[in-house]
Amino acid sequence: MINVEHIRNDFPILKTHISKYPLVYFDNAATTQKPISVINRISDYYSNENSNIHRGAHYLSQKATEAYENARKTLQKFLNAENSHEIIFTRGTTESINLVASSFAKKFLNQDDEVLISAMEHHSNIVPWQLVCEEKSAHLKVIPMDENGELIMDKLDSLLTEKTKIFAITHVSNSLGTINPIKEIIKKAHAKNIPVLIDGAQAVSHLKVDVQELDCDFYCMSAHKIYGPMGVGVLYGKEKWLEKMPPYQGGGEMIKDVTFEKTTFNELPFKFEAGTPNVAGVLGLEAAIQFVQKTGIENIANVEDELLHYAYGKLQKFEKIRFIGNAKNRASLISFVFEDIHPYDAGTILDKLGIAVRTGHHCAQPVMDFFGIPGTIRASFSVYNTKEEIDIFIKALEKVREMFG
Amino acid sequence: MTIKEIEQEIISEFEMFDDWLDKYNYIIELGKSVQEIAPQYKEQQYLIKGCQSQVWLHAKLDEGKVVFTADSDALITKGIVHLLIRVLTNQTPDYIINTELDFIEKIGLKEHLSPTRSNGLVNMIKQMKLYALAFKTKMQNQ
Repeated sequence: MINVEHIRNDFPILKTHISKYPLVYFDNAATTQKPISVINRISDYYSNENSNIHRGAHYLSQKATEAYENARKTLQKFLNAENSHEIIFTRGTTESINLVASSFAKKFLNQDDEVLISAMEHHSNIVPWQLVCEEKSAHLKVIPMDENGELIMDKLDSLLTEKTKIFAITHVSNSLGTINPIKEIIKKAHAKNIPVLIDGAQAVSHLKVDVQELDCDFYCMSAHKIYGPMGVGVLYGKEKWLEKMPPYQGGGEMIKDVTFEKTTFNELPFKFEAGTPNVAGVLGLEAAIQFVQKTGIENIANVEDELLHYAYGKLQKFEKIRFIGNAKNRASLISFVFEDIHPYDAGTILDKLGIAVRTGHHCAQPVMDFFGIPGTIRASFSVYNTKEEIDIFIKALEKVREMFG
Repeated sequence: MTIKEIEQEIISEFEMFDDWLDKYNYIIELGKSVQEIAPQYKEQQYLIKGCQSQVWLHAKLDEGKVVFTADSDALITKGIVHLLIRVLTNQTPDYIINTELDFIEKIGLKEHLSPTRSNGLVNMIKQMKLYALAFKTKMQNQ
C-alpha cells in the first residue's frame, strides 16, 4: 500500500489554490504534475553539470555525457529493451511517431501500399501517416471501433494485407481510456510480417510495458505524461528496423564523417539524435522513471483504478449523463457529456471552482465525430489524486447542472 | 451610442456583481436570451470554428452601418457573443475598424479571449473587423 498523503507532499504544485478553491487536478492525461525529485534533478543539472555531451574531453562534458547515457540505460530497463541503443531520445511521442513515419516511409513505403491505424487515434498518430501516404501515393486504412470504444477485432484480419507496410496503434486511447489488446494485435500483424508501432503516451504511467514481451517493433512515449518534464520523449525501435531506416534529421552528433561530397552516419542511437539534445529533460525523465519504480507501477495502477471506480459510481447518479467509451479494459480516465450542457460551459464553471479537467475534442476529432458530439469532459486520475477530490468534483458538477440543466 | 459608451454601460452593469458566480449566471442568462442568428446563416460559411466551442457570425450593411447577428453552441460563449454584438452592431465600418475593445478585460472575462480557450471568440472579433473592412472598401468603390 502506498501513502497518498506522503506522495502528494512530493508534488509542490498540488498546494496551489485557484482563487479561494484548492486545486483539484484531474487533467493527468494531458500532462501529469512533477515530483520534487524531477524538478530538483533538472535544476541540479544546470547548477552542477551543464555541458555539451559527447564532445569535449573536459570534466563537465564527461560528467554530463555519463549522466545522459545512464539515463538511456534506465529507460532501456524500464521498457525492457534488449539493447540501450534501441532507445532514441526525442522531443516526445509526437516526434517519435513523426520520426518513424518519415524515416520508415522513405525506405519501405511505396505507391499503393497501405498504412493501418485505428479509429481511436490521437491526431499525432494520424497526421504523420497521412503526410507520408500523400507523399508516396499510399493509402491510410483505419480499423473501426464499436459504440463502447473497443476495436472491432474481427475486421483486423481483412485489413492486414500484403499491401500493409506498417500498423500504428495506440496502447491506451487518450479520449476514451480504452486499453487495446496490443499483444494479440502485434501477434496477428507479425503473422503477416507487418511491423507494429505502439503509441504509448497514455499507457506508460499506468501499465507495465515490456517491449520484448509485447514484441512491438516501435514504442513511443512522452516524459511529461509520466511525471517527467515536457519536451522529451522516447522512441524504442528494434535494432533491425532502426539499422535499416535512414536518418530523420541531419546535424551534429548524428554523423561519422562529413565532407562536402558525402556524409557517413553515426551508429545507433546517435544516427537519430541530431543536434544537442535536451540533456536536462532526459535526466528529468530518468528521475521520473525512478519515482515510478520507487512507487511501483502496480501500486500506481491500483490507486488509479480505485479512483476510477469510485468516480464512475458517483457519476452514474447524474441525470442526462452519457459516458463516451465503455471499454471493459481501461485506464483511469472518464470521458462524458451531459446531454443538455455544452462541455465548454461545464469546463468553464469547473475551472472557476478550482477543478482542472480537459474539455473539447482531445485532439481526436474523428473519435468525436464517431460519437456525434463536439467534445467531452474528461477527468483523468493520477497516483496523487484522492477520493475527497472526486467528492469535490461531484459537488462542482452538481453546481454545473444547477446552473445549466 | 458610441462603442465606448456602450462598453462603459456594460462595465457598470458588471460592477454590480461581487462574485464570479453571479457574473456567470448573468452571462448564461444573456446566452439563453440572445436573439439567434437566422437559420440560413447557421452554415459552414458563417462558422468560426474553435477547438472547444463554435460561433456563427453574419454581417450586413444597413444605411452605412454594420449589423451583426451571431450564435454559439455553448451558452457562456453565446453570452459573450451577445455582449460583443451589443457593442459593435449598428456602428459605421470605420468606427469598428479603428476602435480597440477593452470591456471584456474590464469585466474580468479576459480568460475567454486567451488562445488556450479556443472558443471562437478571438476569431469572431477579428472576423467582425474584417467584415467592417470589407464593407468600407465596398462603400468606397460605390
